[in-house]
Amino acid sequence: MLNTVAYEKKPQGSASDTSYKRSWKESNFYGIMKRFTKNKVSVVGLIIIILLVLTAIFADYIAPYNYRKVDPVHKNMLPSAEHWFGTDAQGRDIFSRIVYGARYSLAIGVIASLVGTLLGVLFGALAGFFGGWVETVILRICDIIQSIPNILLCICVSQVFGSGFFATAMALSVYSIPGTTRLLRATMMSVRDQEFVEAAKAIDCSPLRIMFKHILPNCMAPLIVSFSMAIGMKIMSSAGLSFLGLGIQEPIPEWGAMISAGRRFLRVAPHLVIFPGLFVALVMLSFNLVGDGLRDALDPKLRK
Amino acid sequence: MESNAKKEGKRLLSVQNLSVQFEANNEVVKAVNGVSFDLNYGEALGLVGETGAGKTTIAKSILRILPDPPAKVTGGEIYLDDQNLMSVPAEKMPEIRGKRISMVFQDPMTALNPVKRVGWQIAEGIRLHEKCSKAEADMRAKEILKLVGISEDRFREYPHQFSGGMKQRVVIAIALACNPDLLIADEPTSALDVTIQAQVLEMMGQLQKEKNSALILITHDFGVVAKSCDKVGVVYAGEIIEFGTIRQVFEEPRHAYTRGLFEAIPSMSLDVDRLSPIHGLPPDPTNLPVGCKFAPRCKYCTEKCMQPVPDKDFGDGHRCKCCMYDQEA
Repeated sequence: MLNTVAYEKKPQGSASDTSYKRSWKESNFYGIMKRFTKNKVSVVGLIIIILLVLTAIFADYIAPYNYRKVDPVHKNMLPSAEHWFGTDAQGRDIFSRIVYGARYSLAIGVIASLVGTLLGVLFGALAGFFGGWVETVILRICDIIQSIPNILLCICVSQVFGSGFFATAMALSVYSIPGTTRLLRATMMSVRDQEFVEAAKAIDCSPLRIMFKHILPNCMAPLIVSFSMAIGMKIMSSAGLSFLGLGIQEPIPEWGAMISAGRRFLRVAPHLVIFPGLFVALVMLSFNLVGDGLRDALDPKLRK
Repeated sequence: MESNAKKEGKRLLSVQNLSVQFEANNEVVKAVNGVSFDLNYGEALGLVGETGAGKTTIAKSILRILPDPPAKVTGGEIYLDDQNLMSVPAEKMPEIRGKRISMVFQDPMTALNPVKRVGWQIAEGIRLHEKCSKAEADMRAKEILKLVGISEDRFREYPHQFSGGMKQRVVIAIALACNPDLLIADEPTSALDVTIQAQVLEMMGQLQKEKNSALILITHDFGVVAKSCDKVGVVYAGEIIEFGTIRQVFEEPRHAYTRGLFEAIPSMSLDVDRLSPIHGLPPDPTNLPVGCKFAPRCKYCTEKCMQPVPDKDFGDGHRCKCCMYDQEA
């Protein structure tokens, strides 16, 4: 057996060829899904997110009314068979507005978190891997950004970019960059000194390869959790910006904008705030649950 | 490899006067001080010494993977065949590191990346060093896995699904993936229990003999050295204080330290109440004695030991750093 070493050209192995096909059950995705579905609460979160995403995609077919149709006669109506969630101060159907609003809220949450996380990963990886002056410069910039209150930073950025959808997404993503940078740097530092990194150097992996193929995959768990939680946070912050008149504006039915618009009628018609608020809370909860479930499923170190 | 068979007895590696120091916080730690040794194709060398004696630093400087800073090679040359590794430009190192020389790390629990499949990790070296497709690299990795005695069904599993001994086999498989001429094994069996230790050593020895490659085995276990090496170097405070074949060193230890080590091994045949240890501790590497590094602990110590000690060669390749033999000569 010892003589059949692989160092010559590959033998014409038909046996190896057949063993090469991998079945569906062996695949990475299957394994992760199997472990993920064991956690029932996370599955509920995932189902809610899927339903919301479907709602956002098929809003045209689901919404019973035009979300912009103003009806002054039926304003501030309580929930009824005709208007499931009632109507707002202009008599617009709240259910329809929430259905359309899912598009904006989800999109802004995902885009802002994605941009923030990716930039944070980039800077965090540079700082954590190279150390030295690169790290010092990046961390000091993070300190500067973090010393500005979040909402003030968002206001500054949206003053520069304007108040459109993408401007809001940019504004929201900026303040999460330092957090992700620090998170990744800390995780990378603990991974960087482990022996397998040295072993990778011993077979002559390039620094970039070590960083992306060896270290970064070991840092995924906290990143995934922070990413999924960030989505909920961004939806909240976007509501805050809309409230200040800087985020997405009426008549776009973004949930945060709906809350701030309905706030004036809190005493006479609390459902104007309750329903969009409920959905913001639901989205946030779902993303957190899914984040936790994914962390457990993705981390091979926790596998049994 | 057939080509290596012809080179039997030819010199593969020559380390000459290697010195390494670590600089941190205005302190200089002299980890390796003028180490020299030769190693031929087909030979196994055991480096024995206490923790912190500099064995691993010697190994890492051969591969040039010492972290710089704080580590600095302050002198000496390392020749692989006739190529001086110290003057090879960094971009040429890939042809050597991982391909001609590779290393087995001490702790298999941490030397494998926990989130990557075992097969991927073995194939990585092949993909990096040989021009071949991913499928071919995987196929070869599977064969190496079989070679170290693990079924190829486990190719797609993760390190945590393996036992300690199997992980060490995987680590060895990674090191062997590119068929290196020199394998450096840094305490490959310290983390394993004795039965698995024997299996792993036997397997490594067999593979080494088969390919007529060279092996440097770093350990602090004389038993391991006796079982699997041809030559042995005793490392103390960054110096090789005694060097020779197994027979020379084991049957006729020259240096007081080596003798002390052998005396400290309990005898099976004699009934002894107390072991005879070497008193004291290794010297502080930030503040090494000027003369013989072992002098403060040596029971034969004389005034002469305060002077720098030359290497005494007894002819036949048996070397020893002790001034006792100067007088005889």
